[in-house]
Amino acid sequence: MITWPNFVSQCFNGLALGALLALISSGLTIIYGTLGVLNLAHGAMFMLGGYAGYVAYEATGSFAVAVVAGSLFLAVVGVLMERVIIRYFYSRPAEDQILVTFGIGICLVELVRLVFGSLSKTVPPPSWAAGISSLGFMFYPTYRLVVVGIIAVALLALFLVLFRTRLGLIVRAGIEDSAMVDALGIDVDRVFMIVFGIGAMAAGFAGIVNAPVVSLTPDMGDAILVQTFVVVVIGGVGSFTGAILGGLISGEILSLTSMVDPSYSGVMLFAVMTLVLMLRPQGLLGTRSQT
Amino acid sequence: MIGRLMIGRRPLLVEGLTALGLVAAPFVLPPLGFAPDTVNQAVVWGLFGIGFDLLFGYTGLLSFGQSAFYGTGGFVAAYLLTKAIVSSVILGLVIGMIAAAAAGYLVGLIALRRTGIYFAMITVAIAETFFFLENSPLSAWTGGENGIPGVPAPSFDLFGIHYRVGTGWSMYGFLAICYFIGIVIALRIVRSPVGAILRAIRENPSRAAAVGHNVHGYKLTAFIIAAAYAGLAGGLLGVLQAFMPPEAFTFDTSGQLVMQTVIGGSGTLFGPLFGALVWLSLRDFLQAALNLGAAWKLALGLIFVLLVCFLRRGLIGGARDAIGFFTGRWQTGTADTIATPAPTAPMATVGPSRRPDETPFSGPVIEARGITKSFGGLVANRDINFSVNQGELRGVIGPNGAGKSTFFKMLTCELPPTSGRIVFHGRDITGMDITAVCHLGLTKSYQINQLFNRLTVGENVVIAALAERRGRFSLDFLRRIERVPGLATQVESTLSLVGLAARRDVPVAELAYGEKRRLEIGLALASSPSLLLLDEPLAGMSPRERAETVSLLKNIRRGRTLVVVDHDMDAIFELAERITVLHEGAVLAEGTPAEIQRNSLVQEAYLGGVAA
Repeated sequence: MITWPNFVSQCFNGLALGALLALISSGLTIIYGTLGVLNLAHGAMFMLGGYAGYVAYEATGSFAVAVVAGSLFLAVVGVLMERVIIRYFYSRPAEDQILVTFGIGICLVELVRLVFGSLSKTVPPPSWAAGISSLGFMFYPTYRLVVVGIIAVALLALFLVLFRTRLGLIVRAGIEDSAMVDALGIDVDRVFMIVFGIGAMAAGFAGIVNAPVVSLTPDMGDAILVQTFVVVVIGGVGSFTGAILGGLISGEILSLTSMVDPSYSGVMLFAVMTLVLMLRPQGLLGTRSQT
Repeated sequence: MIGRLMIGRRPLLVEGLTALGLVAAPFVLPPLGFAPDTVNQAVVWGLFGIGFDLLFGYTGLLSFGQSAFYGTGGFVAAYLLTKAIVSSVILGLVIGMIAAAAAGYLVGLIALRRTGIYFAMITVAIAETFFFLENSPLSAWTGGENGIPGVPAPSFDLFGIHYRVGTGWSMYGFLAICYFIGIVIALRIVRSPVGAILRAIRENPSRAAAVGHNVHGYKLTAFIIAAAYAGLAGGLLGVLQAFMPPEAFTFDTSGQLVMQTVIGGSGTLFGPLFGALVWLSLRDFLQAALNLGAAWKLALGLIFVLLVCFLRRGLIGGARDAIGFFTGRWQTGTADTIATPAPTAPMATVGPSRRPDETPFSGPVIEARGITKSFGGLVANRDINFSVNQGELRGVIGPNGAGKSTFFKMLTCELPPTSGRIVFHGRDITGMDITAVCHLGLTKSYQINQLFNRLTVGENVVIAALAERRGRFSLDFLRRIERVPGLATQVESTLSLVGLAARRDVPVAELAYGEKRRLEIGLALASSPSLLLLDEPLAGMSPRERAETVSLLKNIRRGRTLVVVDHDMDAIFELAERITVLHEGAVLAEGTPAEIQRNSLVQEAYLGGVAA
């Protein structure tokens, strides 16, 4: 039965999911735009972030510590992955890059399964954000509202790094033409490493922040990875704002379709992606050159 | 080359060895610890993988969505058989395969709109959608999470004897026959002109289009073939297990297929079967013998990552490289070579162009009428009028940034002009695509080599000549490439014309730069153009290479019309009958070499006004 409170609360759910997808997708799209590598381990990094947060929470009992420790852990994982494996793949065909990141993703998932088992883990929301808030006309879980806020802050921080710092300028120039940036005497190699770390950190951060909303399983990254792909196809590869727009659109599509019939939500998301591909193959905010 | 001779003399060697291996498997594998059920599963995976290998290993399209077609074929067949709508198991499997191919056609139309990573991402998303559809909206037919139990095994009435396929090695017999038919058809495809073109698309799709092949059509063909193989394998999975599991539709299925293919070796056709055997036996070994439990998949994941890092060609490819290293002879494997047929008819050393439609028309071969090209505010070409007569060799020169390359791209329809018309043999070709223009007899050689790098010299020329022989799209995928009429003669005459006849079996990567430049011209020549545009054919050459190429150009021009852009003034003034000078995007002067040399405007443009 569709009622007004139901509709509004689904819109909020869509916003929360959309913000989450936007953050994960922007990590994926920054890595692709700068390094030219499609990271199929991105879903696994989202999952790993959640587990890292779980471990930190179990050890300290502080949600804030869990968020910080988990994010930093994923940044380290990202940098290590780039230094040890990914950087040897920049000169190899795109298929090889996809294959190797896919394999790394499987290894991460199976490693987590080995250590933590297949049973789900939970992280409770911080005490001040537990429970339900009254929005005047309806009640809504407080933490989900907080998630939207936290992710908005994270996206703003990412935006400031990209558009207001020297590093961001180099990254954006690298998206346009990384060979040229290299020729200008900038150490692209180091920038690539940092970008991979930031992208991994975005996924990991999203994983921890989302942990109290869902329960953690080793497979949780798979579904998110697929949705992230749809977001990026809709928004346009390599476009930060496209990732945000695509994320919000996808979140609302999933939530509002679920309200009518949950079994069609994935199908509807795909239908919208097909429509975008038909009408605007480069994505809503993508440029034609980045195919 | 040994490998090639073997194909030529014993054309059914691979098929024979496959049959032998399949017959021997029930006797050889059990002592090695393989249970019949493991082997049966590997055969189904292997058949599934043949189609995927044609798509990925041969055409270069990495799809993570093959589960969509595996599931479609499997569930259509299982539904028809369990509801007794179709009584013959074989018919049910065939209908499932056709359904999967139809799904492949529809999905291919969407997914192939984009290439590279986009293609991979879209196939993932589409496969997930198929899983959603199976799991909920269509669960009345598919059983949702329960799948379809009770899929019957096939039975046959041969010579009055009723034979019902049972489990174990009896089922193996049935699956092995299906696999054998599948591999025989795949080998035919690989050795056909279509197979050669798929490899060309993998190596360089834009050049494959430029020499006259309908790249989108062939990609879609490969996608449909892969879907059909997946559909048949999905149906067989149901028959094998007497149950159609919903897991067939999951992303894990697609992922496992990709991993098994890479482990076994992509581009080998047998890689997926071999990879599946390794995968399944390692799973059993790690789980049972080493008692590793859930860690088996981690071990396989690590093996996969290591193989991608260090042995990208997989176990079969690696073994083949090792054999080549120790014998020093085996250059490329038998499954990944294109037969370059030996000529049977006497050939002309200088093959004149064979366009039948060129003789009746007299007048300019090509004419540009007031063409302009602007990129935003930047005008690259302004109001150019240009015409070249039959048999002429025209030189086009101009300082850097004069707009020569843009002008050339418009003539070959790589770029549409902003305004103006281009007329070729009296026909307006403005706005046509580069593939269609190639078939009208207009083609060009590129300033930067655009070759099919992992193929040999001969194979490169075969690719270009095939378009001229077969048209832009033809589905002769069961015809042997040697049977294409006139192909051998054309390849041979092109190779001897560009002086590479002795190098035909050498991979492009091993050629010297000057040889690559000549092959670049050879690719354009092999499509028998009536008008050939050469974009800086002499760029970057040593003096000796330059002299060879100039004499090559003199040789080529007999019976052809040529337009040459180059910075090498001496060569252009020696070769050309007339010269057009471009400056700042417009025609500055046109005339005989002597006239151009005396032209004060030209001197000023080149010397910056000093001479005036």
